[in-house]
Amino acid sequence: MKRMPLYLALGALLCVLPLVCNAYWLDVCVMIGLYALLALSLNVILGQAGIFHMGHAAFFAVGAYVTAILNTLCQWPIFCTMPLAGAAAALFALLVARPIIHLRGDYLLIVTIGIVEIVRIALINDIFGLTGGSNGIFGISRPRLFGFRIVKSAHFYYLVWGMVGASLLLFYGLWRSRFGRALNCIKEDDIAAEGCGVNVTRYKLLAFVLGAFWAGMAGTVYAAKMTTIAPESFNFMESVIIFAVVILSGGSQLGVLVSAFLFIGLPEVLREFSNARMLIFGLAMMIMMIWRPQGLLPPGPRHYAGPSDGLPPAAPRAGNQATEAGRSA
Amino acid sequence: MNLLALQEITKVFGGLIAVNDLSFAVEAGSIVGLIGPNGAGKTTVFNCITGNYTPERGRIFFDGEPITGLKPHRVVELGIARTFQSIRLFGRLSVLENTLAGRHCRMKAGLFACMLHTPGQRREEKAAVARCMEELRFVGLADRCNEAAGGLSYGNQRLLEIARALASDPRLLILDEPAGGMNDQETADLVEIIRAIRQRGITVLLIEHDMRLVMQICEKLVVLEHGALIAEGAPEAMRRHPAVIEAYLGAEDEKW
Amino acid sequence: MEQFFQQLLNGLAVGGIYALVALGYTMVYGVLKLINFAHGDLFTIGAYLGLTLLASCNLSGMLPLPVAVLAVFVMVALLAALIGFLLERAAYRPLRNAGRLSAVVSALGASIFFQNAVMLIYGARVYVYPDFLRPDFTVHVFGMAVPGVRLLVIAASVLLMLGLSAFIQRTRTGAAIRAVAIDPGAARLMGINVDRVISLVFLIGPGLGGAAGLMVGIYYGQIDFTMGWSYGLKAFTAAILGGIGNIPGAMLGGLLLGVIEALAAGYIAIAWKDAIAFLVLILILIIRPTGILGERTADKL
Repeated sequence: MKRMPLYLALGALLCVLPLVCNAYWLDVCVMIGLYALLALSLNVILGQAGIFHMGHAAFFAVGAYVTAILNTLCQWPIFCTMPLAGAAAALFALLVARPIIHLRGDYLLIVTIGIVEIVRIALINDIFGLTGGSNGIFGISRPRLFGFRIVKSAHFYYLVWGMVGASLLLFYGLWRSRFGRALNCIKEDDIAAEGCGVNVTRYKLLAFVLGAFWAGMAGTVYAAKMTTIAPESFNFMESVIIFAVVILSGGSQLGVLVSAFLFIGLPEVLREFSNARMLIFGLAMMIMMIWRPQGLLPPGPRHYAGPSDGLPPAAPRAGNQATEAGRSA
Repeated sequence: MNLLALQEITKVFGGLIAVNDLSFAVEAGSIVGLIGPNGAGKTTVFNCITGNYTPERGRIFFDGEPITGLKPHRVVELGIARTFQSIRLFGRLSVLENTLAGRHCRMKAGLFACMLHTPGQRREEKAAVARCMEELRFVGLADRCNEAAGGLSYGNQRLLEIARALASDPRLLILDEPAGGMNDQETADLVEIIRAIRQRGITVLLIEHDMRLVMQICEKLVVLEHGALIAEGAPEAMRRHPAVIEAYLGAEDEKW
Repeated sequence: MEQFFQQLLNGLAVGGIYALVALGYTMVYGVLKLINFAHGDLFTIGAYLGLTLLASCNLSGMLPLPVAVLAVFVMVALLAALIGFLLERAAYRPLRNAGRLSAVVSALGASIFFQNAVMLIYGARVYVYPDFLRPDFTVHVFGMAVPGVRLLVIAASVLLMLGLSAFIQRTRTGAAIRAVAIDPGAARLMGINVDRVISLVFLIGPGLGGAAGLMVGIYYGQIDFTMGWSYGLKAFTAAILGGIGNIPGAMLGGLLLGVIEALAAGYIAIAWKDAIAFLVLILILIIRPTGILGERTADKL
């Protein structure tokens, strides 16, 4: 919790930002929040469990399309579609991940890329006659929260960053529990994890399902913000960006936030370079990784209440200390 | 009463028969040594018991229940914990967290409880930490609980693996070369720890090349050569067994 | 039946190109365990360099056409190799000891960089290769009229693959590459200069990839700056399909992927061909988790 002051400062800054930002930058911040949401959920899969997953855009797409279809075809209010969008993405993740979850590293990487491509192509080809082909779906309505209509950028800003805040807390809880430890063990050495009693397949799948649920909910917000969605918004490049945000972050949640600001904010800052901005962006990606190969902010150690209380001071271990401990037990 | 029984186990890799029609039993409360020259298939036998490998033929019973072909985490839940020959700790996690990983299968908090840190989850977590600290004290690593496991010395890493295994409340503990890489003093401490483990009512099955240690603590030896059983019985009898002597001829580093 | 064979040959031609690009992925992976996501863009650069050399330097005016094309082939391969070499020095060597995924992100950055560099230099439009480059004879095989260019592409890719195989299998340098792929640490202890081997691999892979880019330009007649993404992804898929790190696997995977795609496009639906290719990949990996020729190493315990 050494980073608590940093979080508070960041939180305060984010709260007052809409007062000083114009609509354009506020929209950028909404996108940053959205990517932070996606990256936080991918961080559970990629950062904590170490599963090479480069297909998060697929789950994002499923969520966005479920919301769009339910809203435009069945006139469901946006927020009612959110749990369903999350659940659909989670179910999709479960179905596709189950047969491939045992694949190792790079094999899983290409398969998850393949899933993004398959989803995108399916959407373009108007699968089930519901997705509107390459034009996508338009006319998605604005969400309403207790009668309050969320329309303006500032509204979406608080909605998205509120969700980011809630996610931070929940994922922090997860990280500090047996669940988070199990994922870390799998990342370090999955055979040892299985060998000391962790159901590796189950935890990997749970990480996938949880991450996909979040990505699906992020999809709902995206659909509501854009009011129009199309397959090209969920291509491989989106997955790459989310992936890169997580790797650059180093794996901590604060790192993810900073990294999201860099990745989504930088191209906007570079707008004045017009055509060259993506060139500089690519260069920046290389430089940032070379500058900090371990990522911006690797997660700190977990703290446990009182494990070192009531212990002898850390003296050099005497030869027969173990023996005494053995006898007293 | 037999806690563990192997019946006619055969394990084949490609064309190589690693374990051939092997049967032996481990009596509850005993310390049994599985010995044999390098490449005799000892670790393969362990991996069959712990579910890392599925034997082609034969059955394994734990406390009367068949466990052949179960996944390793299920075997741990049933009460068999192991250490690895090539130490497999979670190097970047702390010493305490490594032990907590062993405790994982005795904890129940689900996904939502973990996210929300419900009172039940907090209680369970606290109890687990306390229990794991006890295991660390047992092996003498309590004062290093916050260090990264990867930074421990070789001998201490082996002890941490034992603590991690003990944290899962095993009834049978399987140790794969626990004294490997230890100096004499550490080995002497280890002997005491293994005896203390047995005093806690935990049965121990171990592979070890340090014959002094084996002769000191094992009540029974099972001798393998080329994946097959060549003899089993009390250590003293094994020392004089002609087939065993034959198998060990030329293995200079394993003097009796 | 004729349609089947035509699709098959078409698939082999595309597959040969995939295979050449896949070799770059698989060789780099072999020695560095790195997925060089920028490799597809080196392929694009090859296609553009070929165009520039052919069109602006007027080589085809000075030399007989086949000789000119051959000369351009060699020059493109050398230039792409040089860029690959520099890429490794600048973007990957500093990350040699970092986490594997850090290097992957650096590679993704390099890919974005190259793609946009090509766009800035040449513009965002589609470029058309000069028509006269495309050999327009047809060959009659079993009563089928087969475009000669198709056969030439197949022949060229097979020739390059055979040459590479001979190099890897028969020469001392090839043995060094194989040794580094198996165990860089042991190779270094045996006196192999690992850095030099890695540099060499970053010369060979991009060289082949650049040549493949030129072949695509001649075969299809048009190129654009984003083609590296799709071809790169396909070639990476091919490398995985065959078993990443495995050189014959990349060749087999490339040819197989090309044929699967061509048949899917011909018999199922052209709009779904990419999806079908990925679906086949996933199905094969479910059955064989380390690819068709990948070693099925049991986890050491």
